[in-house]
Amino acid sequence: MNDTVQALTEKARRLRVDIVKTLHRSRSGHTGGSLSAIDMITALYFHKMRHRPEEPSWPDRDRFVLCKGHAAPAQYVALAEAGYFPKEDLMTLRRLGSHLQGHPDSKVTPGVEVCTGSLGQGLSMANGMAMALKLDGRASRVYALLGDGELQEGQVWEAAMAAPHYRLDNLCALVDCNGLQIDGEVAKVMNVAPVADKFRAFGWHVLEIDGHDMAAVLQALDRAETLTGAPTVVVARTVKGKGVAFFENKASYHGVTPSDEELPRALECLGCFEDCEKIVD
Amino acid sequence: MSTMIATRDAYGEVLAELGAENADVVVLDADLSGSTKTAVFARKFPERFFNMGIAEANMIGTAAGLAAAGKIPFASTFAIFAVGRAWEQMRQSVAYPKANVKIVATHSGVTVGEDGGSHQSVEDIAITRAVPNMTVIVPADGEETKQAIRAAAAYKGPVYVRLGRNKVPTIFGNDYRFTIGKGVQLREGTDLTFVATGLMTAQALAAAEELAKGGISARVVHLATIKPLDEEIIVAAARETGAIVTAEEHSIVGGLGGAVAECLGERFPAPLVRVGIKDRFGTSGKAEELLEYFGLMPEDLVVAAREVLARK
Repeated sequence: MNDTVQALTEKARRLRVDIVKTLHRSRSGHTGGSLSAIDMITALYFHKMRHRPEEPSWPDRDRFVLCKGHAAPAQYVALAEAGYFPKEDLMTLRRLGSHLQGHPDSKVTPGVEVCTGSLGQGLSMANGMAMALKLDGRASRVYALLGDGELQEGQVWEAAMAAPHYRLDNLCALVDCNGLQIDGEVAKVMNVAPVADKFRAFGWHVLEIDGHDMAAVLQALDRAETLTGAPTVVVARTVKGKGVAFFENKASYHGVTPSDEELPRALECLGCFEDCEKIVD
Repeated sequence: MSTMIATRDAYGEVLAELGAENADVVVLDADLSGSTKTAVFARKFPERFFNMGIAEANMIGTAAGLAAAGKIPFASTFAIFAVGRAWEQMRQSVAYPKANVKIVATHSGVTVGEDGGSHQSVEDIAITRAVPNMTVIVPADGEETKQAIRAAAAYKGPVYVRLGRNKVPTIFGNDYRFTIGKGVQLREGTDLTFVATGLMTAQALAAAEELAKGGISARVVHLATIKPLDEEIIVAAARETGAIVTAEEHSIVGGLGGAVAECLGERFPAPLVRVGIKDRFGTSGKAEELLEYFGLMPEDLVVAAREVLARK
């Protein structure tokens, strides 16, 4: 287990480097929320989920829905790393004609299940997939990653009501609680706390973890698989911008990308000492 | 014009047939299954029926998820909620990914009746038509509804079907063949053309009959599919009859009248009168009273025909 945790932690570090480089190149996109979610995304794509990059529509795959679609770069770097498409494609993010749209688009990106980006809609779609998989008697599981700011959307709670009603124990939601949204602290903009109690009251199994502690993430995902009769939500405390010291816990880095000046410093924070002159071009 | 059947009743019947024929057909409703008639399916296939409660946004999103996993979901509620409450879910979760979701709304237009303006959707054609990837169908009677629902199930992609609460006269026999995107000429005429949809097609046929008594020859074209629009049948009508009256139980803004005006404006400008709800909300009353109140009777179409003829 220790080796696995170590390997995944290292993988997440390298994916953070990919996120920073990708967003530096695109000069547009969401840095903070991509970095807060990447440990969980790494655990899912490189440990927990059964999926086939060479066969994206394999019927028995586990499904992943990035409800907080603005963290698309975090999903894209994981998909590229897994082999769904070449890593070079990351450098086309948000460009005209790219298959890597600003927010996840199932029409054009292999490995993306549905279209998200308008907050609050993903969990409903994850529910629908979980219902279909149950109807078909498949053992596949559905993972849905939400943001804490996203919980302000009323549709999330419609979906949160429906998932236990239909006993969707093949569904695991993860809430990336980085505590910040565009206009500032979630608690000040529109408080969503207590998140765990709310889901508990709606009938979910609730697990609370540090979303950057890889061992804890893996443990929670394993545990979720054993909990039956209702869906499980993993409420994960995270740090927005995690891994790049000067991005951390800053709402101002929600939708801001690393500048040419920031790039070498950001990569240094991630233990990456590449020749940035080449990257900056 | 013999039997009368509500398009929602035809929907309930054909949905249950489809359920028996195709195990991938699933149905969602938002606490109105008795009214939308999805309850017929629910009784036969309870494991494939999902009541989502009074939560339309989640219903449409859930339908998108079911479609993403290979099902053919039909999601139903009243038109005002299916399209009004859940418009952005229809756009983002259904139309944008081109999800194979069928949104079949009943209780459209003013013939909802007594429930009043809050429940009478007069904008749904306009706001579904504006969304890329959407197909928009407004059947005229029970037979066409059954065929349109079957066509929607066979078509891969998002479809909006607009149905009504009340019984409407049967226009089509079982020899009729509905095709998505194709209008159908129901009566030949040379002086003007009624282009009608939904329950207004029967009104247009009655108006054409009335006009014939005065020596005016009115063609009647029924457009069940508002999008994609059968431009050829409209342009041919304008070229051959020289004047058009559109007829819909919907706002004259952005619906059938809007679509026909766009087509004629670009391709064959001709005198046009749009009969429909004149940019107003509905109100309480009996369905028949409301058709009169809002000027949707055959005699209103006769007046519109004389008006458009005067501009030829």
